[in-house]
Amino acid sequence: MGKIHEKYLRMDKMPHIWCAGCGNGIIMGAFINAIDRLGYDKDEVAAVSGIGCSGRITGYMDFNTIHTTHGRALAFATGIKLAKPRLKVFVFMGDGDAVAIGGNHLIHACRRNLDMTAVIFNNHIYGMTGGQFSPTTFKNKNATTAPYGTTDPDFDIAQLCIGAGATYVARGTSYHARLLTDLIVKGAEHPGFSIIEVITHCPVNFGRRNNFESPAQMLLWQKEHGVAARKAKTMPLEDMEGKFTIGELYRSTEIPEYLEEYGRVIQAANEEKKQ
Amino acid sequence: MAEAKLLSGNDACVQGALAAGVRFFAGYPITPSTEIANAFARELPRRGGIFMQMEDEIASMGAIIGASCTGTKAVTATSGPGFSLMQENIGYAAIAEIPCVIINVMRYGPSTGLPTSPSQGDFMQSRWGSHGDRPVIVIAPYTAREAYRETGRAVNLSETYRVPVIVLMDEILGHLRERVEFRDEDLVQEISRKGPEPGRPFLPYENTEDGVPPFADFGTGYRYHITGLIHDETGFPTNNPVEVDTTMRRVNGKLELHRQDIERTQFVDADDAEILIVAFGSVARSAHEAVRTLRNEGKAVGMVRPITVWPFPEDDIRTAAAGKKAIIVPEMNLGQMIGEVERAVAGTVPVHALNRIDGLLITPHEIRDLVEDLL
Amino acid sequence: MGKKRFNVTVDRTICKACGICVAFCPMSVFTTDHDDKAVVSVPERCTGCRQCELLCPDFCITVVQVEETADG
Repeated sequence: MGKIHEKYLRMDKMPHIWCAGCGNGIIMGAFINAIDRLGYDKDEVAAVSGIGCSGRITGYMDFNTIHTTHGRALAFATGIKLAKPRLKVFVFMGDGDAVAIGGNHLIHACRRNLDMTAVIFNNHIYGMTGGQFSPTTFKNKNATTAPYGTTDPDFDIAQLCIGAGATYVARGTSYHARLLTDLIVKGAEHPGFSIIEVITHCPVNFGRRNNFESPAQMLLWQKEHGVAARKAKTMPLEDMEGKFTIGELYRSTEIPEYLEEYGRVIQAANEEKKQ
Repeated sequence: MAEAKLLSGNDACVQGALAAGVRFFAGYPITPSTEIANAFARELPRRGGIFMQMEDEIASMGAIIGASCTGTKAVTATSGPGFSLMQENIGYAAIAEIPCVIINVMRYGPSTGLPTSPSQGDFMQSRWGSHGDRPVIVIAPYTAREAYRETGRAVNLSETYRVPVIVLMDEILGHLRERVEFRDEDLVQEISRKGPEPGRPFLPYENTEDGVPPFADFGTGYRYHITGLIHDETGFPTNNPVEVDTTMRRVNGKLELHRQDIERTQFVDADDAEILIVAFGSVARSAHEAVRTLRNEGKAVGMVRPITVWPFPEDDIRTAAAGKKAIIVPEMNLGQMIGEVERAVAGTVPVHALNRIDGLLITPHEIRDLVEDLL
Repeated sequence: MGKKRFNVTVDRTICKACGICVAFCPMSVFTTDHDDKAVVSVPERCTGCRQCELLCPDFCITVVQVEETADG
């Protein structure tokens, strides 16, 4: 890797605002490694983010970047991609961003299958606002809005996306950084809408309230609870209790990419015009 | 150009937008604006453009902002509840200075209200609907012909000043089909935003003399940052009070520098009138008719019609009001524009309200009656 | 052909003392200083796995392979 970050980051904006040990910086590193491997021209990459800690990622990366409104990153990205299809569009969202306030946009983006790649930073908490529980916070966890423990069941983002029709769904972690780069590369190469859910950690607003002594301990938790999807298939169900699968979880090439379909609309409209 | 057509207000908006070079529409079905989406769905693919039906109005607004980032002229259309949902992203477009046009075919509210009835209840929401201070241009046509020309102008103003522009229609104008004969003055030009100057360092939010920084389309080699956080000239977030103040004053002040270009006001027999009616949109049709019949009877009445309703044409109103006996402000709401008129005349002329909120248009007759009472 | 050698550096001005590199370096190359910031204590143990580089959230660790000289 060497000094690859000097090529892709806006070094005058560093150090970033994220707390000591935050997973966001690791994900950003995995992402720029993916871009480097994909060989994309920086001028041809559009990075779109929502609001929250994860949303700040676009400010640090040297692409065409836009930090949008809370939950709406996919809507903005949809406009960018449709209007200039040659751009490689990447969308960055947090868990609250993607599946609470932006849940509707997420499922519809999955359904449409427009060729973009979304990376969801799932740290199971609202970090920026000080540790409120999110739709992915596990049951019986502590949060500032759950002083007696959370009661809400949590979303499985990857399964939600598969159910909504996404054609490439993967899950990584900030601990498995090399794997994450691989998954982002594959997602970007996939002709359609791709989702990479990243299980990551918020040491300050989740960890400290939930018996994690350090960022390293949280990464260790990811290492111990993330099971390669292939391996999980051969494991007894009870061994998967409390664990989650990582790797490529779903891929389909049967559903046509949105712009390809739209090309047919343009063709039909022009044939009608000629008549 | 002198070809006559039968055109609805909603269709005229679409034609005007297309003539100004719009090639992207994103929207969500809502009465009484839906025909606009229908027409764009038919017309845009024929021009290689994109029609997108989004999952809601919030997404529609996001999508047109995104499209505009690439330099594509983009429009959405909605009504009441959808317009409320769009407000956050309209504020975003205003502070990030991304050109876009929102056609709001007003229906009566609040909430689901009267979906198939006209209203002018969004006069204030169009100006102040987002949180914080934000600039906006709002244009209110009153005929199908004008809907064509003014929607075209809305696109061009949006491009020129990097500001969201709202076309304030209402149910009557949207659905009214009328004979339209386009003349040379209706010709819509295509004006595009100013780009970066080659050989000059690009500052995406530069404090330019004219208040409008150059816009670099995504994918043209200028890798910069757009954010809804308050930013400095470089486009990156800042908390520095001096920089925040500078940005906010430029963004909110830029339209003031170009008022002459943005304002458009119609005066009908206003000079020698004793009673002046100030009206916009479909209510101005009734007012116009009232003026015509009253004038035929020799009564000194006139009308001032703001076509650009925001920025509000205070000077035009003040000048036209000087020495008048009374002003009447008929509105299909409980009194929104009247406050602006009162502010403009500052107590020099008595101002009378005429309001209807029952889902029906204020008739020429009602206006006539009030004029006659006041004469 | 000898063992590959690596030069490991930590930019102390950027390090936020999160302890991730210290915890996950399989060769225990790092220790911490009085501010809990990472210090490269035993660089000769580095095998160049780059785990520290990948997991450092702040981009302050660089691992560079040392070019072998002709007589080295």
